[in-house]
Amino acid sequence: MARVRIDNYAYPDAPRLGVKGWLRWMWRQVTSMRVALVLLLVLAIAAIPGSVLPQDPQDPAAVRAFISENPFWGPFLDALGMFDVYGSAWFTAIYVLLFLSLIGCIVPRIGVYWRRLREPVPPMPRLLTRFSPAVAEVQSDVADASPRAVIESAGASLGSWRGYRTRVESEEGRASLVAEHEHVREAGNLLFHVALIWILVAVGASTLLTFRGQAIIVVGDSFANAVVSYDSFESGAWFDEGSLEPFTLTLDEFSADFSLAGLAEDFAATVTVTEPGQEPVAQVARVNEPIIVNGAKVYLQGNGYAPVLTVRDAAGAVVFSGAVPFLPQDSAYTSTGVVKVPDVTVGEQLGLEAVLYPSAVTDGETVLSIHPDDSNPLIVFTAYQGDLGLDEGIPQNVYVLDQTLLSPLRGDDGQQAVMSVAIGETVDLPEGAGSVTFEGLSRFAAFDLRKDPSLPYVLVGAVLALLGLSASLFAPRRRLYLLAENSGAPGAATVVTAGVSAPEHDADATEARDRLLAAATTPED
Amino acid sequence: MTAAELSVMTLWAATTLYAIAMIAGAIHVSALAEVAPEERGSVRTRARGIARATTLVGLVMHAVGLVARGIEAGHTPWSNMYEYTITGSFVAVLVYMIFTRKRDGSWLGPLVTGLATIALGLGLAVLYGQSTGLRPALQSYWLVIHVSIAIISTGVFAVGFLIVVLQLLQKRRELDPERYTGRVWRMVAVAPDQKTLSSYAYRLHAVGFVLWTFTVMSGALWAEDAWGRFWGWDPKEVWSFVIWVIYAAYLHARATTGLNKAAPWIAIAGFVALIMNFTVVNYVFQGLHTYAGNS
Ligand code: HEM
Repeated sequence: MARVRIDNYAYPDAPRLGVKGWLRWMWRQVTSMRVALVLLLVLAIAAIPGSVLPQDPQDPAAVRAFISENPFWGPFLDALGMFDVYGSAWFTAIYVLLFLSLIGCIVPRIGVYWRRLREPVPPMPRLLTRFSPAVAEVQSDVADASPRAVIESAGASLGSWRGYRTRVESEEGRASLVAEHEHVREAGNLLFHVALIWILVAVGASTLLTFRGQAIIVVGDSFANAVVSYDSFESGAWFDEGSLEPFTLTLDEFSADFSLAGLAEDFAATVTVTEPGQEPVAQVARVNEPIIVNGAKVYLQGNGYAPVLTVRDAAGAVVFSGAVPFLPQDSAYTSTGVVKVPDVTVGEQLGLEAVLYPSAVTDGETVLSIHPDDSNPLIVFTAYQGDLGLDEGIPQNVYVLDQTLLSPLRGDDGQQAVMSVAIGETVDLPEGAGSVTFEGLSRFAAFDLRKDPSLPYVLVGAVLALLGLSASLFAPRRRLYLLAENSGAPGAATVVTAGVSAPEHDADATEARDRLLAAATTPED
Repeated sequence: MTAAELSVMTLWAATTLYAIAMIAGAIHVSALAEVAPEERGSVRTRARGIARATTLVGLVMHAVGLVARGIEAGHTPWSNMYEYTITGSFVAVLVYMIFTRKRDGSWLGPLVTGLATIALGLGLAVLYGQSTGLRPALQSYWLVIHVSIAIISTGVFAVGFLIVVLQLLQKRRELDPERYTGRVWRMVAVAPDQKTLSSYAYRLHAVGFVLWTFTVMSGALWAEDAWGRFWGWDPKEVWSFVIWVIYAAYLHARATTGLNKAAPWIAIAGFVALIMNFTVVNYVFQGLHTYAGNS
């Protein structure tokens, strides 16, 4: 690729470029191989910080923690976009420039390719000495030793399916064959680069059209697919909320298998999917096996325990009863959860902050869970009284108790009371505030629902890229030459010369030449 | 003897055999270095026979060790760094064997067996971990496809890396043959010329690149099933991408006259990134792929 001088002003006679000239110059720069190479390397380097620093889209909490721990570097890196590298302006600029370069490079090449394909194969060079020639003879006593016949039988041996384009010329006493194998490689290369553009466009469309929501469902409960039902929901700019299919999903059963050592072995959620106007269908979702409902994929993304609790208030009335999902905090499923009881018949609102130990062991002082199975479920909790803050109209996190307007319930010693309750038991709250019963232990499953209409396009792009790449790298780029000459003297042998031109790394080139020569010199039977 | 014991035993045996092969191979090359280039083809030292035999037996032992490990674990042995190392070094030696089927690879033998000795030794001595069951996210046929191709391409890239380093040395020697005449340089001179090395390196990297492309794609398919997104810039994904882009840059540099000089260095950068990906990235960076570490 021609190198463009950057310092053209250094030559007093060089014409000034003018706006159009500059634009053309810039475009030539951008589409040069050198710039493409630099952009690739810059892209590689630019991608690295995102693996070192926490990233906002993946882990916003870690980003906040990092910024508050590093009062200087945190805000500085934040201003540079280092906490959202792959969405940052500079990262985008790099890959947009790279793809501009790619388009500018590939479009003209497609044109060239198209024209080349329809042009005839170039003629035989005058001398074969530069093309590692090999020579053999066909004696005149074989059936047809005329140069023309020799060339034609060799040409036939190449066969069109091998991707050779040929040019045959013959005159008295002399015939030649040029066989060119270049366009498969080039076509593969073009296909590969075009497929890369295709993938980029499809992935871009994906971020605009997709939605992703998470729903936590306790065994026995149902979920109706609508934005309001999700615990969290995000979607691309072009996503249409009305397009959510109104199906319901019921979690019938959840099973979790753990090894003796407490390692997860298998999770399976049995669900019933009911689409409007259709029979309910039972399906099983596993960790690697999402179920598909009307094009949306439902992933089993997490699970945990949901203790069934009953809370009575000071008057003894049942003011809360139900299963509460507790979020696992460690591999032994020590889980935390919150119960909010706004509707009490007497007194103030109640709130509980609880920790569940599925396989509790205690040495009198501390409690811990030794296994994720529920061999000895124990809940340790503290209770609060006051205003839960639910009336402000601000959506609250159901897993966090806002303590600003709450006061802890205290035991006789004046300290905040820490209570524990085993399964099937009831404990009274201090200050006569009521009681809590641990009725049983259910489970919940967390499902991610996602629909990405561009997925098949990404997949097609990937497959085409891989095919194109293989052709681009493994199809040979070579030109074979075959020349047959006969002096015309009676009984003279036909002298056949074969040559090949190919890049250095094409180790099979001489083999192809020899095969062609053999095909020319061994008569057919 | 349990499968675990058998595995460790045969792998140590393979390590030892490779070490012998490396030394014998180096002795053979230094013998070649003392004869005129035209006569090298006919030189058959004892060391050459030993190197070839120990490499082959080492490879068989290595294979037995891998199979035993797989039996011990109850799945293909590709779920942690130890297993990655022992399988990757196997592929590197296998690639070497395939490479030498058509041509004399005496010059490459000591490098590959040396690399395999180090990788296996480090694996057994430092990374070794008892095999455990697979976490649910790993129980997938994508694991077999994705990880096996990743390991195979790593093995191919490793041999390509060795050749690229040799290519740089050779080039340096060729530019000033009068100056570089020490014993090691004479051994370097046994290897093919710089241009031939460059084309071997290119072909290996081309194979590695296609395999790596497939690794990244199958990883995306697996992530789509396991994590509900095909690409999420997890540290491991970032580094797979970085490696892919660097090797693409290498191929571009190779294919462009004028940029050829940079190509070997870019290939070296690619291999460094590959090693980073399965050392530093596993241990230091948090991500969904953390099970790849040696817990
Ligand atoms: C998106 C990033 C890109 C990737 C991943 C990529 C990848 C590749 C690969 C793997 C090859 C095969 C190399 C070979 O045949 O040995 C190749 C060839 C080529 N690429 Fe790219 N490429 C990219 C962008 C570009 C750009 C921006 C240009 C134009 C400036 C370009 C121009 C070429 C050309 C001309 C070849 C043919 C080289 C030859 O075989 O002679 N590529 N590319």
